Amino acid sequence: MSLPYSKKVIDLFLNPKNVGEIPDPDALATEGSPACGDMVTVYLKVDKKTSRIKDIKFKSFGCASNIATASIVTEMAKGKTLEEAKRITWKEIVEELGGLPPVKIHCSILAVDALHAAIINYEEKHGLVKEKIPTDENLIKKRLRHVIDPNTGKDIVGSRLIESIRIKEGKITIVLNIDVDNQFANAIKEEILEKLKYRWDVKEIEILFHH
Amino acid sequence: MKDGRRVYLDNATTTRVDSRVIEEMVRFLEKDFAVPSSIFSHKDGLIAKEAVEKVRKLICKNLNVKEGEIIFTSGGTEGNNMVLKGLLNKIKGKHVITTGIEHLSVLNVIKFLEREGVRVSYIPVDSYGFVDLDKLKTLITKDTALVSVQYVNQEVGTVQNLKKIGKIVKEKGVLFHTDAAIGFPYFDIDVEEMGLDFVTISAHKFYGPKGVGAIYVRDLSLLSPIFHGGYNEFNLRPGTENVPGIVGLGKALEIFNKNENQKVKELKYYLLKKIKEEIEDIRVNSPVDKSHPGILNITFYFIEGESIVLRMDMEGVSLITGSACFSKSLEASHVLLSMGLTHEIAHGSIRFSLSKYNTREEIDYTVEALKETVRFLRKLSPLKREE
Repeated sequence: MSLPYSKKVIDLFLNPKNVGEIPDPDALATEGSPACGDMVTVYLKVDKKTSRIKDIKFKSFGCASNIATASIVTEMAKGKTLEEAKRITWKEIVEELGGLPPVKIHCSILAVDALHAAIINYEEKHGLVKEKIPTDENLIKKRLRHVIDPNTGKDIVGSRLIESIRIKEGKITIVLNIDVDNQFANAIKEEILEKLKYRWDVKEIEILFHH
Repeated sequence: MKDGRRVYLDNATTTRVDSRVIEEMVRFLEKDFAVPSSIFSHKDGLIAKEAVEKVRKLICKNLNVKEGEIIFTSGGTEGNNMVLKGLLNKIKGKHVITTGIEHLSVLNVIKFLEREGVRVSYIPVDSYGFVDLDKLKTLITKDTALVSVQYVNQEVGTVQNLKKIGKIVKEKGVLFHTDAAIGFPYFDIDVEEMGLDFVTISAHKFYGPKGVGAIYVRDLSLLSPIFHGGYNEFNLRPGTENVPGIVGLGKALEIFNKNENQKVKELKYYLLKKIKEEIEDIRVNSPVDKSHPGILNITFYFIEGESIVLRMDMEGVSLITGSACFSKSLEASHVLLSMGLTHEIAHGSIRFSLSKYNTREEIDYTVEALKETVRFLRKLSPLKREE
């Protein structure tokens, strides 16, 4: 039996591309934290006239899946316009990597999120963003499409693990269709919190488990 | 290594079976393959019975058993389940005390008991995993029915003072269980002196076969069986006796050489010294002088454990980490977190666990590979400033 990773993942893990920092970057973003075990910082240099990504580099604190994804995301984004780069999805990345074990897909999302966040960072800096969007059910669902159920490797919205979402005066209550004893229950909860707790208009988040 | 040999440093997970153990087991697989429950039918069963009883006696002698029995199990997990679940009728509605650093085969059984109506308290441990004895005293109430504290920790190797804990527990007349899967027979157990009512042991942690272990039970009448079937093992553990396994356990115990402990311990100190010399920004998570001779747990700051383990695997060295990414529940080591260490420290933690089969040459090779791995990953890390 071989390791649970494709050859491409292992190759990129051993020899990742675009590693390092860009001094004086046009934009950068960090997703994750050392506390949650995975963290990626993406640095961008953007051509102002064409809005193309001239240079992109990353640094990663994370597992093989995280490092390999960051490497491939930066390779794919290089030379693309910001709008094109925004459309890179984690599904494409996973395919490009020759698949990932379901339990490892959630580690790969971080690099894609960091790329998107770095682009938003650039747009904010250059006055390209519209006003603050309020957190509604649609926005929550969009964000939670980036939370992966390690049991299946699928996102929790698409695989209908969300039973209900309620928003009232800055408090979000999400009921999950997962047993509290599920070995990943806590991991999923933590990731949902991570995705929503920094929203400007969210004061409190409550995650309940179906039983 | 250069000649393609691998360096196995994951002996707290499982050890290589000693060839003398295998030899003994083969006899009971091939030649004397009958089982003890056939003693009233034929002589073949008697031979098996004798062999099994010899091992029972040997364990009794090792644990200084004066009263009670040894029951053979399929290993540590079953042993812990048999004791803790087997006591359910006696402890329902009562109070149980344990620690947060137990093996999952204790922690998850205790969680099950909690849902069945048992109240649970966890004795706090310090940053090296030692239980707080004063706190234990205050936790025991008149409702407390059982205290379960492991002997040696599986991740950092911390050895608990069972004599002192036993004294506190017995003064209050409470039942006392220890999961000694990692500790036995590396450290002495005296059930009389330590006031133990139940002990769990496992063979494959000390050069014996997998799939066999035993529990010591002072008073058989306290336990209800968790499996139902035939009348083997004092009506507590039905099923055909695993004679080759039991004989293997016995042989591993018989040949276990405490002098080899010293050799393994010296190798552990050598490994630690070399790592300290070659790699900076580390935290030693094991209480090196008061821990298992082979277990050394170290955090390499700024980098994540799974990446270290995977790169080391490619270099031919087998290790494990307490990082969340590596665990089956995606949560960082509950042991290190219970010790009050941060998630960050847990994520960068590596467990080296040595055996009598490891050599200095292997340690030299490991530290060389480790040095390069840590250097590479730190270059990649957003937490480590480039110099």
